[in-house]
Amino acid sequence: MLDVRGLKKVYEGSGRRVEAVRDLTFTVDAGELVCLVGPSGCGKTTLLKCMGGLLTPTSGEVLLEGRRVSGPPPGMAFVFQEYGRSLFPWMRVGENVELPLKQKNLSKARRRELVRDALESVGLADAVGAYPWQLSGGMQQRVAIARALAYEPQVLLMDEPFAAVDAQTRADLEDLVRGLWRERGITILFVTHDIDEAVYLGERVIVLSASPTVVQEQLKVELPAERDQLHTRVDPRFAELRTHVYAQIQAAKRGEVTDSVTKSDTPPPR
Amino acid sequence: MTRVLLRLVFVFALPAVLVAVWWVASAGSTDVYWPPLRTILEAFPDVWTAERLREDVLPSVLRLTGGYALAAVVGVTAGTVIGSYRRVRAVCEPVLEFLRAVPPPVLVPVIMLFAGIGDTMKVTVIASGCMWPVLLNTVEGVRAVDPVMAETARSYGVKGTARLRHLVLRSASPQIFAGLRQALSIGIILMVISEMFAASNGLGFTIVQFQRGFAIPDMWTGILVLGLLGFLLSVVFQLVERRVLGWYHGLRASTRRSP
Amino acid sequence: MRGANVALGAAGLAAFLALGEAVPRLGLVKEAYFPPTSRIADALADEVADAAFWTALGDTLTGWALGLAIASCAGIVLGVVVSVVPYLRAATASTIEFLRPIPSVALIPLAVLLYGTELRSVLLLVVYASFWQVLIQVLYGVQDVDPVADETARSYGLGTWARIRHVLWPTALPYVMTGVRLAAAVALILAITAELVIGAPGLGKRIGVAQASQAVPEMYALIVVTGLLGLLINVGARTVERRALAWHQSVRGEVAV
Repeated sequence: MLDVRGLKKVYEGSGRRVEAVRDLTFTVDAGELVCLVGPSGCGKTTLLKCMGGLLTPTSGEVLLEGRRVSGPPPGMAFVFQEYGRSLFPWMRVGENVELPLKQKNLSKARRRELVRDALESVGLADAVGAYPWQLSGGMQQRVAIARALAYEPQVLLMDEPFAAVDAQTRADLEDLVRGLWRERGITILFVTHDIDEAVYLGERVIVLSASPTVVQEQLKVELPAERDQLHTRVDPRFAELRTHVYAQIQAAKRGEVTDSVTKSDTPPPR
Repeated sequence: MTRVLLRLVFVFALPAVLVAVWWVASAGSTDVYWPPLRTILEAFPDVWTAERLREDVLPSVLRLTGGYALAAVVGVTAGTVIGSYRRVRAVCEPVLEFLRAVPPPVLVPVIMLFAGIGDTMKVTVIASGCMWPVLLNTVEGVRAVDPVMAETARSYGVKGTARLRHLVLRSASPQIFAGLRQALSIGIILMVISEMFAASNGLGFTIVQFQRGFAIPDMWTGILVLGLLGFLLSVVFQLVERRVLGWYHGLRASTRRSP
Repeated sequence: MRGANVALGAAGLAAFLALGEAVPRLGLVKEAYFPPTSRIADALADEVADAAFWTALGDTLTGWALGLAIASCAGIVLGVVVSVVPYLRAATASTIEFLRPIPSVALIPLAVLLYGTELRSVLLLVVYASFWQVLIQVLYGVQDVDPVADETARSYGLGTWARIRHVLWPTALPYVMTGVRLAAAVALILAITAELVIGAPGLGKRIGVAQASQAVPEMYALIVVTGLLGLLINVGARTVERRALAWHQSVRGEVAV
């Protein structure tokens, strides 16, 4: 479904050369929920933006169903970490969800149906007429997720979507994502720096090294498909997995200390 | 109920006091230049008849509207183009900074050379004076489009005119309105001045005629009418702004509550 | 990157000047109406050599500076008083909203009658126009005072004067600077306008005379001078503001818009 082959991204600007991603190769199968986890500043966002066609890789390629990604592909939807800046404050919730659909030349009736359906899925059917800034942070991120769902993507890319919401909202949103994934069968690639979140959500976890980034390890999460915050998190298997991932990330950090260039997810100012 | 009453008192108390003071202080005035307020108010209906409103006020307002609308269209269009391309901006910036710094009223003699003394001259003067604040503010607004919003639009395939309509212009609109507000006061100044320079009708022309003919109370009524016009236009502007930028004020209020 | 921008800007300016030279030379507009850049430059050189030009420049600057100073002081004092005295802000709001949009040029006939072509005519217009810019910014600035800071100051028993000095003034300062910067630009516009329309001595009057005597290149040269003057005032005011704000940011640690 989604192939990343030999991806490398180097930022160059004003005499500085920062190698954010060195060499990444992995695949995501159709209908899979994969979590990418790595130490902060390891180029996760860079990777995701390359996959979403927002950045052009220095070398290597990203393939979506065998076709090379060279710009934002219509089959992909992006959920950003900064929900407050990703929703347009001058549009009501409904309009925000509908805007991308207008670009797809869908009929008005179809658009309305998709918007209602998506908002219902995230439990915000009543908020159609509200402005995003009238909602709480968690609700705003739900709207962003609804916008992605209404777009009917094959692949959903989520860039640390819950990093900026409080812990309880976060747990709710995690369950929401898992629920939507099981219900709709979309392929989800979920980037996070939170190890527990990665293990709790993912069917598979890809551990990235520190920048310049390579794949440190991939592991299958052998937890039951039915998960809940209460029982899954105290499951001994869960503890084992998270300890393992934690150890891997610590190793990744140690291994790369000598080569640390910049610890930032965002490209240096050009 | 008492709160509403209190508000009304706050709104009307000081204006009432000021008018009363003016009334009393000028009551016995024999100074030709400071006629009693009573005389001025009595002259008002005689001077500002329906005919005068049609012959003098309406042309002025039409010139202002025409020039202002022209400036808004040209300013926003050019500002969007310049603001969207970094290189174009770098090339134009010094020239624009200079052109903006030229005090707009000196444009009157220049434009008179080209356009004579007719309505074309006045509309051109108003448009070329009002254009700069709109243009420069649009450039700033367009340049400052949030990078996350821009990426969101890109990743969802929002581009071309849709991007311009739903993202760029909307996100720049608070800045554009700031420019339009500055332009409005410049526009009124230019309307009056261009009519004082050369005209056969209009508010500026009429007021200067009264002054030259030493019709002092009439001149005072003219000053009052100009003041009222300025106030009315500013009220209309605020109404439009509140409608268009309702989201912006709401957003600001909500971020102020929870920083 | 900065160097490249400066180069691009210089190229833009050069292109603008070249266009000003080429358009009349090619006959696209009448030379009598729009003299080529080189002729404007010649006229500018003549102006600079003329003592009367410098007197006019001095007159304009006097009107501008005096008017700006009076308006700034009045705006700041009144703004602080209105904000500090209880209920005064609410009571004056409607009056300010009504008086502010009254165009200052409405006062031109009155100025002519009262003061003729004296400096006071110019001052009347300049002060009226720029006063509101300062006052409004001061009011915004005082509104921005952090209520917690003010309550802290109260709870430590600081008097009104001490609170103005240590809480209100530092918060309002960036707004005051913005107000004065805006007022400086408006003051120049009104000073030139008054000279042009009323005939008070200064650059504006000189432009009017040049126009009346069909001395078109001189008129353009003088307009360029007013533009440069405006540019200088804008850049100068922005520099002063940035200096003051740099100090300010380090104290408060946040950017005031």
